[in-house]
Amino acid sequence: MPKLSDLLVPAPLRKTPKPGESGVPKTPAPQDLKSNPPERPGDLGRLGEQALEAPVEAVAWIDQRMAASGFLTGMLFRKVPKGTNWFYTLGSAALFAFIVQAVTGVFLAMFYTPSATQAYSSISHINNDVFLGQFVHGMHKWGASVMVILVFLHMGRTFFFGAYKYPRELNWVIGVVILILTMTMAFTGYLLPFDQRSYWASIVGININGTGPIVGPYLSDFLRAGPELGATTLSRFYAIHMLLVPGALIALIGAHMYLVVKLGTTAPPWTKIGTQPRVAEPTTTLDAGAVSSNGHSPNGSGSTIAGVHVDGHNGGGASA
Amino acid sequence: MADEADKINQPYRAPENVRTEPPPPGYFEGESMTRRKVFTIASQALGGLAGAAIILPAVGFAVAPIFHRGKERWEKIGKTGDFTEDTYRQVVFTETPGIGDAGKTLAYVRTSSKELGEEEGQIVAISNRCAHLGCPVRFVQAAGNFICPCHGGVYDFQGKRIGGPPVRPLDRFQTRINNGEVEVGPRYSVTSQLKPVRARDPGEFTGGVWEYLYPPRPSTFPPP
Repeated sequence: MPKLSDLLVPAPLRKTPKPGESGVPKTPAPQDLKSNPPERPGDLGRLGEQALEAPVEAVAWIDQRMAASGFLTGMLFRKVPKGTNWFYTLGSAALFAFIVQAVTGVFLAMFYTPSATQAYSSISHINNDVFLGQFVHGMHKWGASVMVILVFLHMGRTFFFGAYKYPRELNWVIGVVILILTMTMAFTGYLLPFDQRSYWASIVGININGTGPIVGPYLSDFLRAGPELGATTLSRFYAIHMLLVPGALIALIGAHMYLVVKLGTTAPPWTKIGTQPRVAEPTTTLDAGAVSSNGHSPNGSGSTIAGVHVDGHNGGGASA
Repeated sequence: MADEADKINQPYRAPENVRTEPPPPGYFEGESMTRRKVFTIASQALGGLAGAAIILPAVGFAVAPIFHRGKERWEKIGKTGDFTEDTYRQVVFTETPGIGDAGKTLAYVRTSSKELGEEEGQIVAISNRCAHLGCPVRFVQAAGNFICPCHGGVYDFQGKRIGGPPVRPLDRFQTRINNGEVEVGPRYSVTSQLKPVRARDPGEFTGGVWEYLYPPRPSTFPPP
């Protein structure tokens, strides 16, 4: 009977068992096959074990064809810097908020009608008649605010920890676009219930868009599909809210996370780097004025080289 | 630094002082482009054409409403005798058809007043849409002013801004008298001197250089 942990880890990732461990016979294979025939795969006693092996075999079958295990090991078992703390979970929290919005949004779309005359009654129907309708609608409504707040907090964490610096500038830029798209989602979703608050908030929002010089008036016309908030404004907002922006958001979140995995995360700014040698090196005693053993000081003029204090006590390993 | 791809795209030259290699397929004397490059450019152009064939109609479809002007609508709002020059009468009428109550708007209507320097015998229809961000203003009889509940915009009896954040006077509707019936038509905006201009969205200035910074939209009607 294999251990559960062995079943969950795909075959290519598993450690090779040593002789004597479960699954590997201690004794060599029997020589006389006639008097001691090998167990056949169809034997009833082996069926249970085979059934337990099936998911592992399935995962291994897929992995053999996708070669995904290398990527997954690299992603799931990647090293994180010392000092990583709860603030580093804000990005995942924002991602989770997005997933909540995506899932609840899909189910709301099953009951919602994007028509100026029926939108309000379809939302009333969701809230009052559909089983758990008010709950799912509420999750979507409040989840929107939660996502905006989490994206902002995540941005603040990145800023105050200096995590936007080289080589992560591109990820900051992608993050800013994600923030803008999140606000677009919040804005376009606001109109959809088509009650008094939605209607007037959208009027005000579109008119704020319109105050941009030269392009503003045309942008307003684009959003409204005409000079006044009309029959197609709602379906236009619905299409932007439901098809256009989510697609772009998913693509950008993918790129954002790819870069996080590729570049790794930063240590918090209060983590002291350089006081401890990153790689253990053999301790060498350095005399002041002597050429350092690792070739950092060819001038031999002093013991302080490029801002790194080299002394005998520390072992001279700091090569920051 | 020339890499392999650059070499492929260069016209073929016979190496000097070396044993001559056979020229690439399709080579002829004096060619300016390799066969491979011709096909690269051709397939990229075809791909671009196919992409444009999908994207351009879709984008055109989405932005078409900017250039579309709807049908001019005139709505009957009452008889000429229903309106006075001292005060406003509220009139609700359909501005955008097909969307029920959401397409209705409210106008404050009176006859023109000689005291205020207006041409006689006209009907003045002032839109209740605030020139700040589009909230509905209300005419307060006791003050003789229009007041906006959202951000505190105040307009005088003629709709000129006298306080708060609005950037121009209240919009108006074109009016006409047809067999004793008063009709309201398309919306238009006015400058601070009440000169009619094409309808602007709330929040956009009118008059002077603003006419260029907030250009008139093709979806609106010419002013009277």
